[in-house]
Amino acid sequence: MAAVDDTTIQTLKVESPAREAWRMFLRNKSAIVGLVLLTIIIVVTFLGPLVYVIDPFDVAWAPFTPPGEEATVPWGTDYLGRDVLAGIINGGAATLAVGASAALITIVIGVTIGAFAGFYGGFVDEALMRVTEFFQVLPPLLFAMVLVSLFSPTLTTVAIAIGVVSWTQTARLTRAEFLKIKQLEYVTAARSIGAGNSRIIWKVILPNALPPLIVSATLIVGVAILFEAGLSFLGLSDPNIMSWGLMIGSSREYIIDSWWAVTFPGAAIFLTVLSVSLIGDGLNDALNPRLRER
Amino acid sequence: MSALVAIAQRLFYAIILILAVVVLNFFLVHLAPGDPADVIAGEMGGATEEVMADIRKSYGLDKPIYVQLGVYLGRVLQGDLGQSYFYNAPVADLILGRLGPTLLLVITALIFAIVVGTFLGVMASRNPTGIFSNVITVLSLIGYSAPVFWTGIMLIIVFASAIPLFPISNMYDITLEGGPIDHVIDVAHHLVLPAFTLGIIYLAQYSRLSRASMLEVLGSDYIRTARAKGLSEPVVVGKHALRNAILPVVTIAGLQFGGLISGAVLVETVFSWPGLGTLALDAILGRDYPTIIGILFFSSMIVIIANLLTDLAYRLVDPRIRAGGHK
Amino acid sequence: MTETVLEVENLQVEFKTRNGIARVLNDVGFSVQRGQTLGIVGESGCGKSMTALSIMGLVPTPPGRIAGGQIRYLGEDLLAASESRMRDLRGNEVSMIFQEPMTSLNPVFTVGEQIAESVRLHEGLNKRDARDRAVEMLKAVGIPAAERRVREYPHQLSGGMRQRVMIAMALACRPSILIADEPTTALDVTVQAQIFDLLKELQESTQTAIIMITHDMGAVAEMTERVLVMYAGRVVEDGLTTEILTNPKHPYTKGLISCVPHLEAEPKPERPPLTEIPGVVPSLTELGTGCPFAPRCNEVLPKCRSDMPVTEQTGPDHRAACWALDAKGAAA
Repeated sequence: MAAVDDTTIQTLKVESPAREAWRMFLRNKSAIVGLVLLTIIIVVTFLGPLVYVIDPFDVAWAPFTPPGEEATVPWGTDYLGRDVLAGIINGGAATLAVGASAALITIVIGVTIGAFAGFYGGFVDEALMRVTEFFQVLPPLLFAMVLVSLFSPTLTTVAIAIGVVSWTQTARLTRAEFLKIKQLEYVTAARSIGAGNSRIIWKVILPNALPPLIVSATLIVGVAILFEAGLSFLGLSDPNIMSWGLMIGSSREYIIDSWWAVTFPGAAIFLTVLSVSLIGDGLNDALNPRLRER
Repeated sequence: MSALVAIAQRLFYAIILILAVVVLNFFLVHLAPGDPADVIAGEMGGATEEVMADIRKSYGLDKPIYVQLGVYLGRVLQGDLGQSYFYNAPVADLILGRLGPTLLLVITALIFAIVVGTFLGVMASRNPTGIFSNVITVLSLIGYSAPVFWTGIMLIIVFASAIPLFPISNMYDITLEGGPIDHVIDVAHHLVLPAFTLGIIYLAQYSRLSRASMLEVLGSDYIRTARAKGLSEPVVVGKHALRNAILPVVTIAGLQFGGLISGAVLVETVFSWPGLGTLALDAILGRDYPTIIGILFFSSMIVIIANLLTDLAYRLVDPRIRAGGHK
Repeated sequence: MTETVLEVENLQVEFKTRNGIARVLNDVGFSVQRGQTLGIVGESGCGKSMTALSIMGLVPTPPGRIAGGQIRYLGEDLLAASESRMRDLRGNEVSMIFQEPMTSLNPVFTVGEQIAESVRLHEGLNKRDARDRAVEMLKAVGIPAAERRVREYPHQLSGGMRQRVMIAMALACRPSILIADEPTTALDVTVQAQIFDLLKELQESTQTAIIMITHDMGAVAEMTERVLVMYAGRVVEDGLTTEILTNPKHPYTKGLISCVPHLEAEPKPERPPLTEIPGVVPSLTELGTGCPFAPRCNEVLPKCRSDMPVTEQTGPDHRAACWALDAKGAAA
């Protein structure tokens, strides 16, 4: 009984696509869980240090104190006697900031290259896709390790390095969307009223390519956070800024003696990435309803 | 034969890519802040003036940049990846000594992920609400969201004390005495946890992928034909459906070799596996640039070769593109 | 009298859907003789293909279920047969070819392998003999250079060629029954004629009974001796093809025939030429108690909307289920 004719559609209160998507998103239970989880993580990360005022680098108690044994250090201490809870609370900022900015860099590079390749086609496309294939050949983590070690290990370098090594998939996705959309009539229409290339790329095609790009952006944030954690774990990040990966990396030799010092920060990374990917799944259902079966 | 032409084209293209990686490495050394000779020597501070002069001369660092590039390309093409002043050994030798363990780890993990992932995907496609689908859901959560080094560490904690079934570190037991078979078993035993850790990421992806592709294939007309022939369900699923459903898995697996090597760096570090990953980390911490750049070059070459092999494998499995040209 | 190879009686098939249980086949019955061709005709969704799948034992269960009736192959009740017995029959005694030759062959195996597979399974031939049989079958279905083609993959063949391969595969074990589900719908008209000729020719030499499923009365006229007209899961008219084409009783049958103008025995000038039957096949969960065709029928009576028509004998070998027959009978 889906026979609704045109006039009924017109008389229905029209909902904006964004609202519609938001409504669909809220119907998805796991997406809500992800959103709540991420909100908690962000609040703890940015307000936590104001409430729990302990320097994560200071020796807070005897080394290897297990969690629950001493009220001053409820989550225990690591091999140097540093407070694990303080590390968790303070380590989120670097992880989240680098993850988010690396994702942003990834998306800016990927979307720009993909947009130019898809829009201009021909030689430009050929050349840009060859560059993309070339970057796909380089193992991303190794390449990022080289970049970070050649240029000093600061948070900025780490974020840029992650962006430089992981944009290829975004470029491919953007290119595919552009190839599809540039043939549609409203693009021809925009051209016929004299819109220039850059206007068509950024104001006409890009907004219409956004739904799949937004979904992939959430996945990129997750991957970037894992990436940052990996580099910090290897000791290739700023050693003076606490991060979850750094906590695990520095306690690497003491896994058996202080499981809590590696388990908690890892769980924090896991939950952060999980919350982002749950949100991504929810966005996917809300923005790309046709792909829902996948 | 057009198939041979296509393969020749791929080979040619692969060679171009390898050259491009060499050029990139050259520019990485020159773009880094400071004197390229310092970079090549490694900032160990131990390099004498004599060594530095030697480097400047042998890399032609006093000549124009394009000559330097030519010199560099020539050296790499002769298999000379430079000298590690940190290990005091040729980089190529260092890498070749560590290549085997890494390939063993990576390929085992990949085969594990493909075989088990496809199996899970096939079983789950038979019953979308059954236990296998739940296993895939849990695996996806871990595979997509847990940092691989942390998964490895969790396994170490579990297997170190609670279930001391597998060794948690290194590749072999140096105290072991016995014949070659004992040593093979020993390595295999040590391989279990690292390969499982690395494989679990891809296991999650391949099981989802093969479930989706199996569901699509099972609904296709040729499966109905196979059933109408009187073939039993295991033959329909295992022969007619699987051969088609595995195509996307093969494609993706080939493309992910770079990611696999990246994961191996972390997994090797966690399990002290004596491969390229641990070498890379040690080289970086020791600022041994020739070694780290050599590893980047070598691992890129592995990815290029893996892509070539995937292309060939795909041609073998799918007759539609065997004739020539890739889609 | 020739031998009856297949008898179907009171076949009922149900499907569980979101909106309740849909009865996709209701009281379907017919029989097929050796060497004869039976047409099953109707629009999509009328139950033709489901009838075929029921005979093959391939009704997807769940959501489908055979709720009642009998299907007897040479006297053996197929609905009571085990799955392994059904597998023995499928592709061996009862074969089927499908509407989409482009997608009905497995793209990753050679056509020879796909034909040989069936022979090896059912007749236990070794690889070599099975391959020889495949070549022989390809020759039989008129594929030139069969020795070469046997090594080719489906994508290297045209649609008509692929349907020939399907026929070769279906007939490789010399089945007693061949079910052809819209075998030519996806093909060009000229290829269609070739496939029909091939089927007739093969039938003459093998005495295979053919059940030809189609929506096209033209195909029925060309291929079949008997025909079964189905609508919404029921048989609305059946009998000798010549009889039904020249003297259709059910308004639905008349509509189907008038869709193919040259089939009309005596075009009546007063009636505007019908090119299609108005309306669509009703959803099977929404059926009332009356004749399912009533909403689209141009001869509808008040009774049609409340009571299901009863099947009546309208000729020596001709039956139809329509209340209008009574009305006409009473008027005459």
